[in-house]
Amino acid sequence: MGVIQVIAPGLFTTVQDLGREGFGPMGVSPSGAADAVSLRMGNRLVGNAEGAAGLEMTLLGGTFEFPDGAVLALTGSDFGATLDGKPVELWTALEAKPGQTLKLGPTQTGARCYLCVRGGIEVKAFLGSASTHILSGLGGFEGRALRKGDVMKIGAASGSARKRRVSARALKEMQPRKVLHVTPGPQEDWFPEASRRVFYESTYRVAEETNRMGIRLQGASVAKAAEGELTSEGVSLGAVQVPEGGLPIILFVEQQTTGGYPKIANVISADFHSLGQLRPRDEIRFERVEYHTARALRIDQEKLLASEELLFQ
Amino acid sequence: MRRSVRYTFASMGISAGDEVRFKFSSDQSLLVYFGQPPEADRSEDRPLQNQTTIQANSKVRKLLRLLQQEPVAGVRNLHPGYCSLLVKFDALRMRHEEVEAILREYLERLQEVELPEARLVEIPVCYGGEFGPDFSEVAGLHGMTGAQVIELHASVEYHVYFLGFVPGFAYLGELPEALVTPRLATPRRRVVAGSVGIAGNQTGVYPFATPGGWRLLGRTPVKMFQAGREQLSLLSIGDRVRFVPISAERFVKLEKEWA
Repeated sequence: MGVIQVIAPGLFTTVQDLGREGFGPMGVSPSGAADAVSLRMGNRLVGNAEGAAGLEMTLLGGTFEFPDGAVLALTGSDFGATLDGKPVELWTALEAKPGQTLKLGPTQTGARCYLCVRGGIEVKAFLGSASTHILSGLGGFEGRALRKGDVMKIGAASGSARKRRVSARALKEMQPRKVLHVTPGPQEDWFPEASRRVFYESTYRVAEETNRMGIRLQGASVAKAAEGELTSEGVSLGAVQVPEGGLPIILFVEQQTTGGYPKIANVISADFHSLGQLRPRDEIRFERVEYHTARALRIDQEKLLASEELLFQ
Repeated sequence: MRRSVRYTFASMGISAGDEVRFKFSSDQSLLVYFGQPPEADRSEDRPLQNQTTIQANSKVRKLLRLLQQEPVAGVRNLHPGYCSLLVKFDALRMRHEEVEAILREYLERLQEVELPEARLVEIPVCYGGEFGPDFSEVAGLHGMTGAQVIELHASVEYHVYFLGFVPGFAYLGELPEALVTPRLATPRRRVVAGSVGIAGNQTGVYPFATPGGWRLLGRTPVKMFQAGREQLSLLSIGDRVRFVPISAERFVKLEKEWA
């Protein structure tokens, strides 16, 4: 069992797994990896259970030393990683020898890069999950983003890890999308036809003040027809809510559990990982699909993720 | 695919006019609405409509309780609201129609669900000054003295409709009519943890430092949500709450005890 020493934390690096479900009645949202597909694949590469805790880096990666060595994998976006100065590939298992240093830089593609280590990152679980919930300072490593000097334990691993990489086919199919599939939201009928057309025909730009709670958008304003307020109700992950002012906000992994703004649409679950790779200033559009299509896309995605043959080469 | 199913309880002897409606919320969640359609016109100032909301909310609590006592395999999370319950499910295992059919069976049994007797939780609050940055303005808006604002806010027992927004944030109602105040036009970027606010005819306590648009009357030294405590959230759905005015000295003393 080794450790990871944080030499530099990067911009915003947190411990994440697949989140904690079931605590909505207390107002606790699931949290978890913003791009769960990348975390799951990273864990599979190093021989972990797919829900083991890893590090989620945002826009700018950190520098980490492995005093006792480690088997690791980087997935998600390309942050220009090097191991003792030598470039390392994403989507493949590799070994860091004792004392080696992994250094990541600014992103060259999307928003998030994941570091998975064999054995997983060991932190005290909060409500059954290692995920950091930043707003409330709960879970993860001391309930916060990593800082220089932090030392994290690596968990015990069983069995042997094979050298392998994610297949080209899987990477192609899991490529993050900029045209997001959505199903109609529960208050779609609050928006007149003309507003819906604006919503579906406009290109939106991801705002700077975007985080794990919500992805704020800039662009054409979506006017609602109905007067009056919505009585606060439960909101789902990926809900596209339209506050006063008409600029949509997509609720994300560390979302509020209830809200009072009408929801025009909801990003489909098969596209959640794409949300996790959106950077400020990225341009996106929405494409409306039927519920059976959303379901079929999700089933295809899970089939791929569950298959050794399709996932690895 | 939008579904809005009228469902009357005529056969179960529940008074006419009660109804349940289902709506798809996402590809993995379904909303169950009780009572009035949420589209009904209501002013921004009064999201709670007394008796109708209380009746609908007791059904939300009953369905929630039944689903917690007898969990449905494949249902992953529940988000109660004033008059609705969001049911999140595993989309790989279930379809909306199947979830709806199961929920209908649960709904038929709502009558037999006994809600636990409401607990009364007292929350000490130091009003005004640095603890309540909007206190004076609220008093001014209503032409009241500070003492009158405190007396009114602390005069009633509030009902916990549900917890939402962030961990441990309880939506409390209703505020005495004379204190009903619209929320701030521009929300604060950061509200101090423990702040006690009002918005429309609701009141509540911010458990964590978050952005927020409610008008702040005071602050409590009590921790609303704390990891490691047996009951993580001080308040639970269905509780009764009374605010107890305290002095700044008492606030400091209690804050040390809670630290």
